[in-house]
Amino acid sequence: MTLEPGTFLFEAWTARFALMNGLWVTMTSSFFSIVLATLAGLLMGVVLSYAWWPLRLLARAYVDFMRGMPVLVLILFTYYGLAMFRINVPPYWAGVIALAAFATAHVAENLRGAVQSVPAGQMEAAKAIGLNFPKRIWYVIVPQAVRRVLPPWVNTCLEIVKGTTLLSVIGVVELLLASQQVIARNYMVIDFYLMAAMIYIVVNFSIAQLGALLERRFSYIRY
Amino acid sequence: MIQYYFDWSVIWRSWDKFMAALGLGLTLAVISLAAGTVIGLACAMARVYGPRWLSWPVWLYVEFIRNVPLLLLIFFVYFGLPELDISYLDKTQSFILTLSLYAGAYMTEVFRAGLASIPRQYMEAAKAIGMRPWQRQRYVIMPVMFRITLPAFSNNLISLFKDTSLAAAIAVPELTFVARQINANTFRVMESWLTASALYLITCYVIATALRLLERRYASIR
Repeated sequence: MTLEPGTFLFEAWTARFALMNGLWVTMTSSFFSIVLATLAGLLMGVVLSYAWWPLRLLARAYVDFMRGMPVLVLILFTYYGLAMFRINVPPYWAGVIALAAFATAHVAENLRGAVQSVPAGQMEAAKAIGLNFPKRIWYVIVPQAVRRVLPPWVNTCLEIVKGTTLLSVIGVVELLLASQQVIARNYMVIDFYLMAAMIYIVVNFSIAQLGALLERRFSYIRY
Repeated sequence: MIQYYFDWSVIWRSWDKFMAALGLGLTLAVISLAAGTVIGLACAMARVYGPRWLSWPVWLYVEFIRNVPLLLLIFFVYFGLPELDISYLDKTQSFILTLSLYAGAYMTEVFRAGLASIPRQYMEAAKAIGMRPWQRQRYVIMPVMFRITLPAFSNNLISLFKDTSLAAAIAVPELTFVARQINANTFRVMESWLTASALYLITCYVIATALRLLERRYASIR
């Protein structure tokens, strides 16, 4: 393969830093969104399952609101809306916040489902042997709910990674926008979009594999 | 907190635009769901009943679509097809094509799961009373499968409707695009986005409720 200007390999090599930078932004923004969404989602999931009913109603309203909105609208709303209140957030963080807020609802809803799928007898038994509420949750419910919540959680993570492409709309130079900028320079539309697609596939497959690893780690039977 | 004065007159002035945008979004979602259903049905059948060599291209298609971000697919089709000298699709048609392919991949999985969940005895019973292959599909497998997959249909319709927001990226004048335009032109940030959000929420809620009624009407007895 020759490395002349105009060949794909040459152009890709020329654009390597731009693309790697884009990939880095995609990965860090996904990472922060996933961490934020998981932490907030766990809390909200517990609220959805156990809290005093007005709190629960609030959490439910939040979850239903988030699930009925397109992520793109959420991202644009966060970005322009925060700016309106003179809260100067860079687009990167506005996007991360919006994605996390969106995924929080999904994590919470999945957690609620998982918690409620643990038979009521488990909770009663834990009460009967005199565990207090945090202990009941931590030692009895969590180990069982975790196994059920892991597969949808991995799915949410994949959704977040794919969702970071929407940050390109508010000007975050993540992988998609980086590819577009490269394409604007060399007009190799199909090559670079395909490459971006391949990178996304690799990232998503890796996450899915990690998820499978976690699922095995937390399965009933240890392999 | 900075003071913000709401001025909804901007929204009322372009209310027609909002409604047209909402209609366009719904149309896009429904067309894509219909096309996606056809694609998904064909692919699921190919995967379940078809020969082996047909099953891996289907797998490739489904995995590709499901692992690549939708926005990338939209750009890929919109900017990539003209590179291949296929330039007679305008932006709306190109978006419909993308969303249909996208829906097709998800529907393939839905139908595959639906087909897999039909007890094998149904097929055996249909064979036993002497139905032809297409009769077995038409009178036994399909009715059961569609009932089983009905909830997935409504989920997909709602998520497709939400995904039409991405058409804004290639300037298809649907809800997000209009909201963004009004936001940019008039600087009524809160009004335009609150309106768009409310319209999305209400529409999703209405679709969900309507389809839940439909599901109750046609639900399979489990």
